[in-house]
Amino acid sequence: MDLDRLIKGGLIVLVCLWMTVAVVFPVLELLVRSLSNAQGEFTGLANFSRYFRTPALAGSLTNSLTVSLITTMVSVSLGFLFAYALTRTAIPGKTLFLGIAMVPVFAPTLLNGIVLVYLFGKKGVVTTGAFGLLERVTGMALRADIGLYGPVGIILAEAFYTFPQVVLILSIALRMTDARLYEAAQSLGASPWRSFISVTLPGIRYGLISAVFVSFVLCFTDFGAPKVVGGNYNVLATDIYKQVIGQQNFSMGATVSVILLIPTVIAFAIDRFCQGRQQAVVGTGSVPYSPRRHPLRDALFLTYCIVISCAVLCFLTTAFFVSLVNVWPYDFTLTWKHYHFHDTGGGGYAAFFNSVRMSFYTALLGTCLTFGSAYLLEKLQETPLLRRIGYFLSIIPLALPGLVIGLAYIFFFNNPHLDLPFFPAGIPNPFNFLYGTMGILILCNIVHFYTVSFLTATTALKQLEKELEMVSESMGVPFYRTCFRVTVPVCLPAILEIALYYFVNSMATVSAVIFLYSAEIPLASVAVANMDDAGDVAPAAAMSMLIVFTNILVRLVYTLLTRSLKQSAQAWTAP
Amino acid sequence: MGQYPEHPTMETNSPSGDKVSPPRLPHGNGKRGIEDFPVAPEEPYLQARGITKRFGRSNALRDVSFQADKGEFLCVLGPSGCGKTTLLRIIAGLEKQDAGSVHLRGEDFSNVPVSKRNVGIVFQSYALFPNLTAAQNIAYGLRIRSRRRASIQDRVESLLRLMGLSGFGSKFPAQLSGGQQQRVALARAMALSPHLLLLDEPLSALDAQVRLMLRGEVKQLQRRLNITTLMVTHDQEEALTMADRILVMEGGEVVQIGTPMEIYEKPATPFVASFVGSMNFMGRALKETHRVYRLGEIRLHVSRGDHVTQGSHATIAIRPEDIVVNRISHSQNSLSTKVVSLEFRGPLYRATLSLPLGAAEQCLLQADIPTEKIRRFGISENGQLDVELPSDRIHVYAA
Ligand SMILES: Nc1ncnc2c1ncn2[C@@H]1O[C@H](COP(=O)(O)OP(=O)(O)OP(=O)(O)O)[C@@H](O)[C@H]1O
Ligand SMILES: [Mg+2]
Repeated sequence: MDLDRLIKGGLIVLVCLWMTVAVVFPVLELLVRSLSNAQGEFTGLANFSRYFRTPALAGSLTNSLTVSLITTMVSVSLGFLFAYALTRTAIPGKTLFLGIAMVPVFAPTLLNGIVLVYLFGKKGVVTTGAFGLLERVTGMALRADIGLYGPVGIILAEAFYTFPQVVLILSIALRMTDARLYEAAQSLGASPWRSFISVTLPGIRYGLISAVFVSFVLCFTDFGAPKVVGGNYNVLATDIYKQVIGQQNFSMGATVSVILLIPTVIAFAIDRFCQGRQQAVVGTGSVPYSPRRHPLRDALFLTYCIVISCAVLCFLTTAFFVSLVNVWPYDFTLTWKHYHFHDTGGGGYAAFFNSVRMSFYTALLGTCLTFGSAYLLEKLQETPLLRRIGYFLSIIPLALPGLVIGLAYIFFFNNPHLDLPFFPAGIPNPFNFLYGTMGILILCNIVHFYTVSFLTATTALKQLEKELEMVSESMGVPFYRTCFRVTVPVCLPAILEIALYYFVNSMATVSAVIFLYSAEIPLASVAVANMDDAGDVAPAAAMSMLIVFTNILVRLVYTLLTRSLKQSAQAWTAP
Repeated sequence: MGQYPEHPTMETNSPSGDKVSPPRLPHGNGKRGIEDFPVAPEEPYLQARGITKRFGRSNALRDVSFQADKGEFLCVLGPSGCGKTTLLRIIAGLEKQDAGSVHLRGEDFSNVPVSKRNVGIVFQSYALFPNLTAAQNIAYGLRIRSRRRASIQDRVESLLRLMGLSGFGSKFPAQLSGGQQQRVALARAMALSPHLLLLDEPLSALDAQVRLMLRGEVKQLQRRLNITTLMVTHDQEEALTMADRILVMEGGEVVQIGTPMEIYEKPATPFVASFVGSMNFMGRALKETHRVYRLGEIRLHVSRGDHVTQGSHATIAIRPEDIVVNRISHSQNSLSTKVVSLEFRGPLYRATLSLPLGAAEQCLLQADIPTEKIRRFGISENGQLDVELPSDRIHVYAA
């Protein structure tokens, strides 16, 4: 065999190997633990039966399902209207609205909870009628207690958290519908409502299903918001946290994780199926829809967008305000003192810079790893079977909630021995050294956000014809040279997008890293959780704001970079 | 094979006109196995022997053999899905055959990777590197051979000039027209002076006029550089005008190899006959005596078809342009027909003639009649017309 082929085959094997170590082994370990007792002895389904016999635990499953379903209905309805306004009406300021709607992505979900507490909590602005101010001025009892702690709070916070994702998915789906269908419907004399039912909805049905499942899974597996506003209302995600961190009961933690995993995997499978169908819906030669003016409709939707945007901005301002107020609600003088993190736990600026460092490395390494793997799986012709396995492994992480990954990583990387079949004694775990280091945090983040990045890379790569590789091969040019000279430059926009995605999410994530950070490497998002736990809510808000501002800054840098990139590449991307 | 009769003339005159020629040896009689000559100095330049390729259960290629001389322009012609691209990719080394071998100058190339075969490939989609200029595209393979910068530049310049692209070197593919892009792709394929130029429907993405122009240019260039070329096409006109020899494929098999003239004049099978040009198939005729066939109540004299045994049936065929219009005629195969319709095509009319074969039977014939004759003889629809089917223009295929 010639060397070139050997190298290519070897690289594909490497891709499959790293995915196996980073995804398959840890998840298997988790499954094994869920079937074992605390001493590591195999107990079959004992943990599961104990779980369902403990009412306090079993109730969480129903709770989780309930809040997730309601959240999904709320955020998909709100998100659909918003996406519809952005794609199908002639309102001004669409880019601005979309930008504002995306802001919640930049913040840890804990912040959603914190803000809600300040608005609707016992001493919240709304609950107390602006601390009695409204009553004094108007003479009416203008106050409202919405009973925040519990399902109401969780649903509000999660709706806020899932809204941007729903808007993204639905506006893509809405944008893809073929304008010719509407012309046909119109020429047949269909009323606007009729054409909405018979054209719009069928056209986006897969996008709609996808949005439903994504928002369901996000909410079902999130743990930041329930932790802050959940009160005594237990959900699966907080159960895992309590079992592992509170009671050090790892087996039960694993068991609850598996229970969390089951609906997630089902939702994931349905979503994958729909994604495939959505692509099949858009044929070539479809004509993009360009909305016409329609004063009444546009006015209504504009109002709606303004209301939503104001709500988002109000949320953000409240968070910022909370982080600046001296002593809520007694002394409203503004101060930067909460940004000093002097007498609070959590790690202060060390934690913040650790997070920045971690996110930077995640973005750097994650982007290289993701794009490299996607390239090898997409563009090489060797070992088709292995490439298909690699592709499958790359899709799996999407089904894994952050908490599950974190817990699985504890089990796998903290284990000094690899328990392999046929090796009763096991062999020393060569990956054990990663435990408690920055390395495991980075790896965990990469895996947590891998699939979306991988699919972005694959989509970009698919747009380059595969004949390019054949031509360069026929000229005796090695494949890596063509990769760096042609493929990478052409895919640079997608590469930057992946890097941004990794950075922003690594900054904000709590669930994946909360089990893995060590005392020597505190992290900003974890500090938010810990400070909130300790009652230092204002510093927690301050830390969250640092995360949000960092992400907005990085996002601006990204925008500038892509803009200049577009300009320099204008010559060869011109139609 | 042997499903259709071969024309006797083909057997004696041109071994290359056979349906599937045995490996053609310049000094051999074509009957001896190639194994007898492992590496003869007169070995053909390019040779494919018994190439077979399966995709799952379906046979994309079945026992395909052919050869080409140095500097020859070979066209692979066939309908969509017949395995043309697969054959090209196997010759290029982009695909591995299940059986058979590829030889270049007598050397077995079957296991040589594409990067070592030194072939230039041009795809239908051009496959230009979008972020590199035309000049950089052409220089792409040259740079790897670590030539001096100046000599690379000279080579690129001369290639640009050769392709009529002077002044376009600094343009990106997106800034070039389709024809220009295809020229850049050609120049890039030529840059390394490949042993073999492989073109997969290189002109099919271009509009008709540019295609006509490039046809001539490619052919000229290929002649000038004397580069052995294999071009895949499903356009018969392209194959007829450009090729030195045409390899006609059907369903993964080679059905005929020959010069454009041979393919057109003596199509080996009804499939080739109808795929290249058009052909009237007149139906099953009974062979009465030597070179005489009876079709219904008419008798036709032919100068081919000796292989059909007396008393058995054969399909009689003739091309529309071979039907001769004679006002007064006493020659063989003179027939009285009725003009059913006339279709104006500029220099000629395509006439549909109805030829009575018996009491109730009749057969429709397409005939191409020069416009001038239509005028001179006053031929009109529904009129009578006497035509002659020259015996040497009639094709006979055993039924
Ligand atoms: N990679 C593949 N996997 C499976 N089947 C294939 C593959 N490539 C080609 N085939 C099949 O082999 C047959 C020949 O394909 P090929 O592309 O060589 O046809 P072609 O003559 O080039 O057709 P066209 O004129 O449409 O390009 C087809 O039936 C095709 O479906
Ligand atoms: Mg083809």
